[in-house]
Amino acid sequence: MKSFTQVTGIAAPMDRANVDTDMIIPKNFLKSIKRTGFGKNLFDELRYLDEGLPDQDCTGRPLNEEFPLNFPRYQGAKVLLARENFGCGSSREHAPWALDDYGFRAIIAPSFADIFFNNSFKNGLLPIILPAEVVEQLFQEMYATEGYELSIDLAEQVVKTPSGESFSFEIDEFRKHCLLNGLDDIGLTLQDADAIRAYEEKRKQQTPWLFGAIKPA
Amino acid sequence: MAGKTLYDKLWDAHLVKERDDGSALIYIDRHIIHEVTTPQAFEGLRLAGRKPWRVDSILATPDHNVPTTAVERASGVEGIEDPVSRIQVQTLDDNCDEFGIVEFKINDDRQGIVHVIGPESGACLPGMTIVCGDSHTATNGALGALAHGIGTSEVEHVMATQCLVAKKMKNLLIKVDGELAPGVTPKDVVLAIIAKIGTAGGTGYAMEFGGQVFRDMSMEGRMTVCNMAIEAGARAGMVAVDDTTIDYVKGRTYAPNEAQWEEAVANWKELVSDADAEFDKVVEIDGASIMPQVSWGTSPEMVLPVDASVPDPAQEADPVKKSGIERALQYMGLTAGQKITDISVDRVFIGSCTNSRIEDIRAAAEVAKGRQVASSVIQAMVVPGSGQVKAQAEAEGLDKILVEAGFEWREPGCSMCLAMNADKLGNGEHCASTSNRNFEGRQGYGGRTHLVSPAMAAAAAVAGHFIDVRDLTAQA
Ligand code: SF4
Repeated sequence: MKSFTQVTGIAAPMDRANVDTDMIIPKNFLKSIKRTGFGKNLFDELRYLDEGLPDQDCTGRPLNEEFPLNFPRYQGAKVLLARENFGCGSSREHAPWALDDYGFRAIIAPSFADIFFNNSFKNGLLPIILPAEVVEQLFQEMYATEGYELSIDLAEQVVKTPSGESFSFEIDEFRKHCLLNGLDDIGLTLQDADAIRAYEEKRKQQTPWLFGAIKPA
Repeated sequence: MAGKTLYDKLWDAHLVKERDDGSALIYIDRHIIHEVTTPQAFEGLRLAGRKPWRVDSILATPDHNVPTTAVERASGVEGIEDPVSRIQVQTLDDNCDEFGIVEFKINDDRQGIVHVIGPESGACLPGMTIVCGDSHTATNGALGALAHGIGTSEVEHVMATQCLVAKKMKNLLIKVDGELAPGVTPKDVVLAIIAKIGTAGGTGYAMEFGGQVFRDMSMEGRMTVCNMAIEAGARAGMVAVDDTTIDYVKGRTYAPNEAQWEEAVANWKELVSDADAEFDKVVEIDGASIMPQVSWGTSPEMVLPVDASVPDPAQEADPVKKSGIERALQYMGLTAGQKITDISVDRVFIGSCTNSRIEDIRAAAEVAKGRQVASSVIQAMVVPGSGQVKAQAEAEGLDKILVEAGFEWREPGCSMCLAMNADKLGNGEHCASTSNRNFEGRQGYGGRTHLVSPAMAAAAAVAGHFIDVRDLTAQA
């Protein structure tokens, strides 16, 4: 998994409450055999004026010019500013996959839906909870300033605005550790690689027939 | 100290590390993979720059999406008409080639349903931990192994680390003693068990099937039973090792060679629950009381003996159950109190990882022999579980018997079990099916599935409605 230490980037708005995962990535894109490539269909029904198809080249599709992510000023955004209960609905891991693939590294909101919150950590995407009034302030500053950037420092647990104001956020120690070091479940298990190897050696002695019967090409 | 259950022994033998939070790392001996639940896992490996920990632990085959008509199969992957299915199968091939994983490809004569080819090839053995990205992996527990289904993230985790993060389950013993009546099959036994304990009866448990009925049962029968453990809520089902197990394994392609055989057998003979082992729960059923079963509703616990009548919601006091019965009757197009034998069938499907092995095909052929599929039945198909089963059946002339009786004889795959390929039910059609799930829409939009044994499915095909197979054969 990608590690997360510090990120500085343009903030973009998703200015509505209860954004569900169907909105984040509609179900017709779940047939994919990949975990990547969902970025072009992020918020598909809001972003484009036509109906999207899986595996479609989206470059020529008519854009909804009123959707903020299509505004030139928000291109290349890395931080998504959002409202209450972001990521509710189905448990699809495709939602964080799509946000990540689009280029977002962090989402700031007053609250998140549980499953989405968990899925995000598994995919190197940092969900940050800040008080509603702070989020409101960030929204206002962002709207007022083109090129508005936020800096996030995970080790310090702070979000910094361009004026130097900083807001601290809470995060579970274990999750912080995993994100800072880019450890996913696999990464964590691999920290026990020696134990696995030792077990395997013992097992080869005890039950040799379990090894090497299937001969790979 | 109390003795150990079979599950305790399998767990202990595979414990790599216990973690402080109560989870544990369990070593995985065998990983079977197919085309649907692996593409993202391989993609994940690539993105992280990882390789499979032990390629020789993995065996692959495409099954869920493969077409089962000889015509569409003739030109291999290229010939798959549905482009989405074709890409999934092609992706499995590409991934296996890239990482050097052994795969029984679409037209390999060893290809088949994952849970059929595992035991058949000897890739799955007693004492192993076995996983696959598919919930019916418990089939392999029939060998005296710890086998269960996993999700896509776990597929990637097992490929990368050879381990699974797991929590120990509780022990449940399903004890069926006595002798089965003639004409009653392993499928009827497992359906009767699910009817008794319910679809959540095994949740949180590893389920061991013990008692005289399972001791007397063939390996293939035990596989049918373990296959449906998940339908009773248990991730893993298993049967203790005995001579039947050992005879079954001997001589299979990936079984221990001669030099290792005696040592392996000595090891496997330990794979039984100790006499003084304590189970958290024990359910006892009298084997002699089990009748041929037919599911009438939209959950595998909605099952009745063939001579029974569909329930009447008015008789049900519990409001949740009552509305469940009402909904199921409506979806299934049945009326309260209707006799099971009055339900006519439109299609018949004999196949799936539950019932597509040689004994199943033999049972169907025995009923079909010298009879004809009723003219009211639109289609009756038999889909062998693997290329090996198909070849064996053809060597015994079973395909001819079935075709003469009016059945279609297909190429191996999952087929109409989940209708991911072209084989599906039409809206509102009733199907006598030997598969394992009768959920709404499982076999096609609006399709109505009735779970039965292969003999009962063949009998329904001939009669045009459900009938106690023993009544049909007695008429001859
Ligand atoms: S036959 Fe059906 S239940 Fe079995 S693996 Fe295939 S789709 Fe799943």
